[in-house]
Amino acid sequence: MPVILDFEKPIAELENKIKGMQSVANVDLSNEVSALEQKLEQLREEIYSKLTPWQKVQLARHPERPRSLDYIERFCEGFTELHGDRLFGDDHAIVGGFGKIDGQPFMVIGQQKGKDTKSNLYRNFGMPNPEGYRKAMRLMRMAAKFNRPVLTLIDTPGAFPGIEAEERGQAEAIARNLLEMSRLPIPIICVVIGEGASGGALGIGVGDKLLMMENTWYSVIAPESCSSILWRSWEYKERAASALKLTADDLLKLNVIDRIIKEPMGGANRDYDLAAQFVKTAVIAEFKNLSAKPVSALLDERIDKYSKMGFWGEMNK
Amino acid sequence: MNWFQRTKEGVNVDTEKKELPNVWVKCDQCGEIIYKKDLWANFNCCTKCGFHFRIFAKTYIQMILDDKTFITINKNMVSVDPLEFTDTKKYSDRIKTTVSKTGIKDAIHTGYGKLNGRPVVLAVMDFGFIGGSMGSVVGEKISRAADAALAHKLPLIIVSASGGARMMEGALSLMQMAKTSAKLALMHEQGLPYISILTDPTTGGVTASFAMLGDVIIAEPGALIGFAGPRVVKEATGKDLPPGFQRAEFLLEHGFVDLIVPRKDLKDTLDKLLEFFGTKTDPHFDLNQVTES
Repeated sequence: MPVILDFEKPIAELENKIKGMQSVANVDLSNEVSALEQKLEQLREEIYSKLTPWQKVQLARHPERPRSLDYIERFCEGFTELHGDRLFGDDHAIVGGFGKIDGQPFMVIGQQKGKDTKSNLYRNFGMPNPEGYRKAMRLMRMAAKFNRPVLTLIDTPGAFPGIEAEERGQAEAIARNLLEMSRLPIPIICVVIGEGASGGALGIGVGDKLLMMENTWYSVIAPESCSSILWRSWEYKERAASALKLTADDLLKLNVIDRIIKEPMGGANRDYDLAAQFVKTAVIAEFKNLSAKPVSALLDERIDKYSKMGFWGEMNK
Repeated sequence: MNWFQRTKEGVNVDTEKKELPNVWVKCDQCGEIIYKKDLWANFNCCTKCGFHFRIFAKTYIQMILDDKTFITINKNMVSVDPLEFTDTKKYSDRIKTTVSKTGIKDAIHTGYGKLNGRPVVLAVMDFGFIGGSMGSVVGEKISRAADAALAHKLPLIIVSASGGARMMEGALSLMQMAKTSAKLALMHEQGLPYISILTDPTTGGVTASFAMLGDVIIAEPGALIGFAGPRVVKEATGKDLPPGFQRAEFLLEHGFVDLIVPRKDLKDTLDKLLEFFGTKTDPHFDLNQVTES
């Protein structure tokens, strides 16, 4: 039974109606069915083309949304997962390894959520511990050593706020990645495939190009937490989602991201293969441009890109 | 019937807790009543237990740099409101109110100065300005401070005091973490020293970027330092926090700060570090030629 979000209910009802009519034997309802199917198409267009920021947050968190490994399985040939940070352990909330995308060897690193309680517990709900960030960095250094590009897939509700995570230096692990990723002498492409929550997302999100899928979010804080801090209540999550300007469209306008990747109608959860195809095409296109540049130009442009981030003014008083 | 009946009407009884007169202050940690002048003379630390009171950025500048050597840069930079953010009030109004209330323009001061005669670039955060949060202005001013250090081959010192990235600038605040870290990477490549000083409190996106990237990281005694705030950790884990959790001493024990230095020894420690690092200062650099900006 697929999960239906509240705003998708009219679509689901119509879908069920059509299914019901199709299952009726003896009577030919094909005219009625095709009329309803046309209506369904319109309804989908209407609903999915006008999603509010909060609705996009809901889609980004959809329990059936493809995870990093679903994408890797589809567009990365011969993927071999590598484990461990060589310091403490192996974090299951971040996966990493190498494989080929369209014939080009890549180091691919992704935050990995589960799909049910058991796998979510195993993946810590996609919330990495410091060893996850350190594993990611170790694999990226390896990629640089052998001159292979890096692709990161971002999908996290945040870095894990646990006691042990603090003891093992969550902040240091993330900070170190920001510093090193800003100068890694190979192309780095980052794609937000689900949730991009704060420093936990940025910890594998510094690179030459930042791409976002259509129904994802990326911000400094989750809308619920923002609501709880600024409004002192959990009730304002929808307003917080709008205020934070966390959608791909907003962030393209603010020059935070470089490209939006289209999703299948109704979200990536509706068609894994097509979603993976869209991501693959975008990654290949970006890599083509980046690989044509000498390393020095690549690094200068990366520094320049981040130097320009943000908006400020002057007040002469 | 009451045992004691007030027979006179109109007697005023002082039931409110008496405020201490202005010249006295009570220690948050041990409750000692301290004469303010004694507190100032003791680097704003309790004369009995050594508790470090939170102090203004300007006080740090006086404490660290030689007298009257600070030359502020980018002092007129102010936050704009790129997201047109409104919660219970408009972010643009929040900035205006905070600027007029605090008399400072954002949560950080940056500039050049001398430390025992050595030229340095210094950045000091101010917790009093929207919780010392980092938005575009804080990020850009640190980035330019690093540019100044790079241009003249000077050491950079940053004193942090912050609740983290500023929510009202959304992903743009997050990007300041990447921006500041990238500039520190350039300094690292040039072999230029960066000393990070963590004061109470340093949390969130500031800790997870420039604050944790010093060649040497100094913490003030008792300072709260962490990624997630203690309340968030408690809520997320449902566990009791260990004693001293996320305090400077806890971080020292776990290997995440180099040393804990009481304020009175801070300048001497910085001097020793700078001496060890050695100088690469551009021979043509003359602090007297630098103008305020």
